[in-house]
Amino acid sequence: MLAWTIYISFTGVLLLMLLPRESARAARIIALLTAIAGCAAAFVGAVQQSNPGEVTTIVRVPWIPAIGASYYLAADGISLVLVVLTGLAAVTGILFSWNIEKRTKEFFAFYLALIGGVYGVFLSFDVLLLFVFYELTIIPKYFLIARWGSTRKEYGAMKLALYSFVGSHLVLIGLIAAWVVARAQTGHATLDLQELAKVSFPLGFQHWVFPLVFIGFGILAGLWPFHTWAPTGHVAAPTAGSMLLAGVVMKLGAYGCLRVAMVLFPEGVRMWQSEIALLAVIGIIYGAGVALVQKDFKFVIGYSSVSHMGFVLLGLATLNSIGLSGAVLQMFSHGIIAGLLFAVVGRMVYDRTHTRDFNDLQTMQLGKLLPFAGVTFVLAGVASMGLPGFSGFVAELQVLMGAWSVFPKTTIMAGVGIVVGVAYILRALQQAFYSDAAVPAKSGHDHPLEPISMPERIGAVILLGATLVIGLFPGLLMNWIQPCLNSPVSMFARLLHGGSQ
Amino acid sequence: MNSMPWLTILTLVPLIGGIIIVGLGVEQRRLARGLALTFSLVGLAGALCLWKLFDAASGDLQFVERHEWVKSLGIQYFLGVDGLGLLMVILTAIVVPLSIFASWRIDDRAHIYNALALWLQAGLFGTFTALNFFHWFLFWELVLIPAFFLIKLWGGPKRGPAATQFFIYTMVGSVALLLSFLAIRLATGSFDFIELAAMAKSGVLAGKLGAAFGWKNIGLIVFFGAFLGFAVKVPVVPFHTWLPAAYTEAPSPVTMLLTGVMSKMGVYGFLRILLPIFPEQMRLMLTPLIWLAILTIVLSACAAFAQRDLKRILAYSSINHLGYCLLALFAMTGAASGVNLPELQKAAALNGVLLQMFNHGLTASALFLFVSLIEKRSGGLRGLDDFGGLRKVIPVFTGLMGIALFSSLGLPGLNGFVGEFLIFKGVFPLVPWAAALSTIGLLVTAIFLLTLIQHVFSGPLNARWSKMPDLTLSERLLVLPAITLMFVLGIWPQFVLGMVDATAVKMVQQLNF
Amino acid sequence: MNYFQIIQLAVPETIVVITVLAVLAVDMIALRGQPIEQRFSAGALMSIVGCLLAALVTMARHESYNLMDGMLVVDPQTDFLKVVLLILTVFTVLISVSGKFTEHVGEYLSLVLLATIGLMFLVSSENILMIFISLELASLSLYILTAFNKRNARSSEAALKYFLFGGMSAAFLLFGLSLIYGLSGSTNLSEIAAGLAGKGLDPLLLVAMVATVIGFGFKVAAVPFHLWAPDAYEGAPTPSAAFIASGSKVASFFILAKIMTFGFAGAEGSAVWHGYMAGWTPVIAVVAALSMVLGNLTAIVQTSVKRLLAYSAIAHAGYMLLGVLANSPASLSGLLFYVITYALTVIGAFGVVSVVEAATGGDAIKNFAGLSRRAPLMSLCLLIFLLSLGGIPPLAGFIGKFFLFSAVVGADADHLGLLWLVILAIAMSAVSFYYYLQVLKQAYVLDPEAGAPDIKVPPATLFALVLLAGLVILLGCAPGLLTEYL
Repeated sequence: MLAWTIYISFTGVLLLMLLPRESARAARIIALLTAIAGCAAAFVGAVQQSNPGEVTTIVRVPWIPAIGASYYLAADGISLVLVVLTGLAAVTGILFSWNIEKRTKEFFAFYLALIGGVYGVFLSFDVLLLFVFYELTIIPKYFLIARWGSTRKEYGAMKLALYSFVGSHLVLIGLIAAWVVARAQTGHATLDLQELAKVSFPLGFQHWVFPLVFIGFGILAGLWPFHTWAPTGHVAAPTAGSMLLAGVVMKLGAYGCLRVAMVLFPEGVRMWQSEIALLAVIGIIYGAGVALVQKDFKFVIGYSSVSHMGFVLLGLATLNSIGLSGAVLQMFSHGIIAGLLFAVVGRMVYDRTHTRDFNDLQTMQLGKLLPFAGVTFVLAGVASMGLPGFSGFVAELQVLMGAWSVFPKTTIMAGVGIVVGVAYILRALQQAFYSDAAVPAKSGHDHPLEPISMPERIGAVILLGATLVIGLFPGLLMNWIQPCLNSPVSMFARLLHGGSQ
Repeated sequence: MNSMPWLTILTLVPLIGGIIIVGLGVEQRRLARGLALTFSLVGLAGALCLWKLFDAASGDLQFVERHEWVKSLGIQYFLGVDGLGLLMVILTAIVVPLSIFASWRIDDRAHIYNALALWLQAGLFGTFTALNFFHWFLFWELVLIPAFFLIKLWGGPKRGPAATQFFIYTMVGSVALLLSFLAIRLATGSFDFIELAAMAKSGVLAGKLGAAFGWKNIGLIVFFGAFLGFAVKVPVVPFHTWLPAAYTEAPSPVTMLLTGVMSKMGVYGFLRILLPIFPEQMRLMLTPLIWLAILTIVLSACAAFAQRDLKRILAYSSINHLGYCLLALFAMTGAASGVNLPELQKAAALNGVLLQMFNHGLTASALFLFVSLIEKRSGGLRGLDDFGGLRKVIPVFTGLMGIALFSSLGLPGLNGFVGEFLIFKGVFPLVPWAAALSTIGLLVTAIFLLTLIQHVFSGPLNARWSKMPDLTLSERLLVLPAITLMFVLGIWPQFVLGMVDATAVKMVQQLNF
Repeated sequence: MNYFQIIQLAVPETIVVITVLAVLAVDMIALRGQPIEQRFSAGALMSIVGCLLAALVTMARHESYNLMDGMLVVDPQTDFLKVVLLILTVFTVLISVSGKFTEHVGEYLSLVLLATIGLMFLVSSENILMIFISLELASLSLYILTAFNKRNARSSEAALKYFLFGGMSAAFLLFGLSLIYGLSGSTNLSEIAAGLAGKGLDPLLLVAMVATVIGFGFKVAAVPFHLWAPDAYEGAPTPSAAFIASGSKVASFFILAKIMTFGFAGAEGSAVWHGYMAGWTPVIAVVAALSMVLGNLTAIVQTSVKRLLAYSAIAHAGYMLLGVLANSPASLSGLLFYVITYALTVIGAFGVVSVVEAATGGDAIKNFAGLSRRAPLMSLCLLIFLLSLGGIPPLAGFIGKFFLFSAVVGADADHLGLLWLVILAIAMSAVSFYYYLQVLKQAYVLDPEAGAPDIKVPPATLFALVLLAGLVILLGCAPGLLTEYL
């Protein structure tokens, strides 16, 4: 059932390509139906999993036996969380792109291709297959931004594509090296993730391969200082693009860090643990600090993504069950919240006001003109701050708990990051929606702003609902994540309990 | 013990009320206000029912509700009230309807305003009844949002910076608090206040913290984090700088809420959380803490004296009154078992604190209510020098506000006196020098309050206000309950003490090893 | 040995020769005076039939025979390569059908087929003399094919450069081969290996190896023997360029690998990091590294798509040389997979370029603007071809790179000594993504010029492009289909 998420998405792409040229309405409807079908498949498949603690095989056929690659899709608890996130992000992204008029069918075709690739990454348990889906997502991303984006779209798109490409090539080097060494050690070639996880790579080898692969994935996850593509790319992207980019695609990187880099090279992680934590915390504080001084609304959110991903990476660096659980939950939570924030900035505000500069927005009294947008941003903003009751709090709670026992000083710095996070959200809230600046007598916007449309409202409600539900009942997701991490035979066992056989 | 989840229902009533009201249109102001008042009165009725059902003789927790929430993280849905909790709940239930009534004239987006006020109440109920860190913290933080917006959207000219400062200060404290509690959870595996208090009493807590972290002074650091969280809320000098701006810029009915109940959150935190869980550390830091309390008392009083804006004077006065609570609190902890005193005396100090919390909540809200009434008549002016000789024109008002002012001053016979008396009575044997220094605060308070009376009510009549209308009937009915309570509690404090006494004794027992 | 045997073994080549004659005859005699399109279609049809027939015959036989000291070697591997070459020729003919660059249709097609014959003989020889002869047959045809556009001065210039360079490198090659003969006493590869064994690293042997590398390096356009390539690719009529870039590469690499791994079997030396040993592997390693770096970096600044493809060809030659130097069975099959899929891809790419050239009058990158609106299906094919060249999964180019690189690293599994070359290759591959994306950006992101009409793609070309794109995707997703023959 879960594999259908991938197939449905790509079928949607085909259907869209077959549509005649100027059929925007049909394109939207097909895209939405496809996304909903994919999301439904994700939910049903996730609920059907009887034992999230184990890896449940969905399909496994040999693909290239000569090198040991197989078409191997499977899911465990962590995959389920991320697949559900993708489903939600896909549907809401389409809802927020309902107003795209230019070359609509191509937009949605690229969009669904990206979604399909993302589903594929989260469900692959063969390293080559995972890599194939991972690289596959780069091309739709490029075109989505370059064609339908806004500020410096071509530059932003190229930068993002090149960074992603370089990152994935770093991973490729590491993978090839690991494959060769594994083959030499075990006598047969394999690209199966679980089998590779059992191989004990030599420590000297892990010492350089791990950072290579981790940084390769980390680039996409916004690891400081390789994060510079993110703010530019997010700002350049169209709303749905930013929602997907910050919401889901950055999680691909973090997922890759966890599922591939850390699982394959557990001793390597330990060697570089403090450095990763340090970079993560710098990312948290740097991202938040820079967000605080931005003049462009969208840049604030772009940098905030870097900051929040820092929490994910910090959680990964803790190498204990609760920190990793927090990291995965933060992946989910930030995916939803970033989607909300970008939806407000991009779709609700920018598409109507055509400006994202705080100096201009201040004079518009958006809190009164677009109350729905204001309230949505308030809720999304406090969720982003990590206010209890929303999903971000539980995630950050676990990350901090995990980090306390390993890096106490770093944890305190992360706390500073949280406070700065509060500050920049408040600033954005004030300047964009509830500012006290005087309204100039003749404003550039003499025509009233169009009200918030129904697709936008539905999308916002879905996302807000998701973050609230998980904030109040985190057990729903933690019942998937924790058995996965705590099972003694899982692929994370060596990672969490240290020592190689 | 009933099996009905009274406390949850109590918290849900204003929550649901807010949701209903916010769905009303902008035009339906009267409906919004009416509904808000109704819901808050229902809350009051509920609180009074709880009081009735409360067994005052036992100091234990009552109306307990306990369910597993997220087992793996040790998070439980754990509610309960003892005397302290009930006291705070009742205070909230009294102050909120008064505040809603006082905001009857607010027209701009009345539905949102009232909804926010009700949500604030829900948050407060939640904070005062929660006993597991997770959902206590949830409500603690949740209170901030309605407060922020109430200040930001309906406040005075400098409301933006005031609201922001308020929010950020409190958040900094909250983050420190969060980090501390995470450390505690890591070391002890528990988020449960009662459990942690028991661990602290038996001395196990320090050991566990030390074992988990390997730092010798980790206990102190964790204590600082938690202390910061509460110190910002009370506030303690020097973490108080957010308060004057916030109180002044907020609309007066909102200030009633801020000073009446929200400031008590800080003291409640000290009593419920900091004191039971960190008695060792408090004893260690006793002298600096007492100095902080003294500074709070004296400096705020002096600052109040220097102000010319009525609201600012009362804002600083607020800080001052809560300083007494802290003084008593710190003094009490300092009393090691070495000091040979009957428990009743220590309990006396604690009773004083509780009573002072309640009384100040009442009195301060009443005072700000009066200020809002003056503002209404003066078109927003509220400087000391704007008025003069008002008692000639509005004698009833002068009389009633005078009662409130004298209560704040601590005149015997009114409620303000009893609390302060008990506090000093309790502190003096324990830390005499501190008590002595704090009387300066009493003195200065008397001076600035009398000055206020003199400037506003006595003296030559300011011709501008010669036609100022006196209190209308509805306004008299509004302030009457508060004034009555001031007298009642001044003469018969047992009214409230009966509820809290057993709890106070039990808390004192907590601290003796 | 009798001549009958030779004819029997060389049936495929014979069929193609007959096709050449038939095409020439028909074109000169029967179709004289007809319009070009008709002549081209007729000639193309005959050529295609002939090639397919030859391919069928080749696939049908399963013998192994080594004739005359390796002059003509028939075994399943060479048969398969011949089939591949024939198929590449078919595709080349398909995309040249609508060409308007020449009236000499018959001559054109015959030259293509003659080049094919030369290449077919090339892959089935293990005798250095035969190698040289076949190489020359193919090269001479290719030089003339390059010059075929009489109306364009650049075509002649390109052909002249190609010819001069080619002649010089042929001289080097001959020199090297003759030295080898002198040193080993035989012209057959395995006997050469036996003869050279135990001789150690004679200075003369080194000279011979370097000369051989120069000769072949020119053929595959590796640095520093690449200077002819950009001009040749740009100036030649596009279908000719396609053929140069595809078929001749396949054959040349195969033979280069054979000579190096069989002929110079004992003299590899080592190109391992920190483990340098003199031999032919370090020489090829240097050439490969230079090709990868120069090819990719120079491609970035190109504005003409044909030149861009030329530099990209240089870069790809660099990757393929890695397969040669790794000197293991796995790397050889990786090399073959890579070069075959590369050939298919590049024919397709040039096919698209020829259509755009005809429609817009040039092959500058900006001529591709808005291609996705003007010719959606062709544009999609272009997307697939360029992404495959860039190495994006799940296309054939990615799998090819994966096979090749993992084989190269795997060749020295204990020390991962060749990893440095693979790292360089992967890094440069990442760079290549940039310039492919520039072309795709024009096609998919930018709008066409105002009023630019839709482009009508000639049916034969479109058919070829779609088929090629389909093959690229298919081989990317199910590489097993190809690898079982290698």
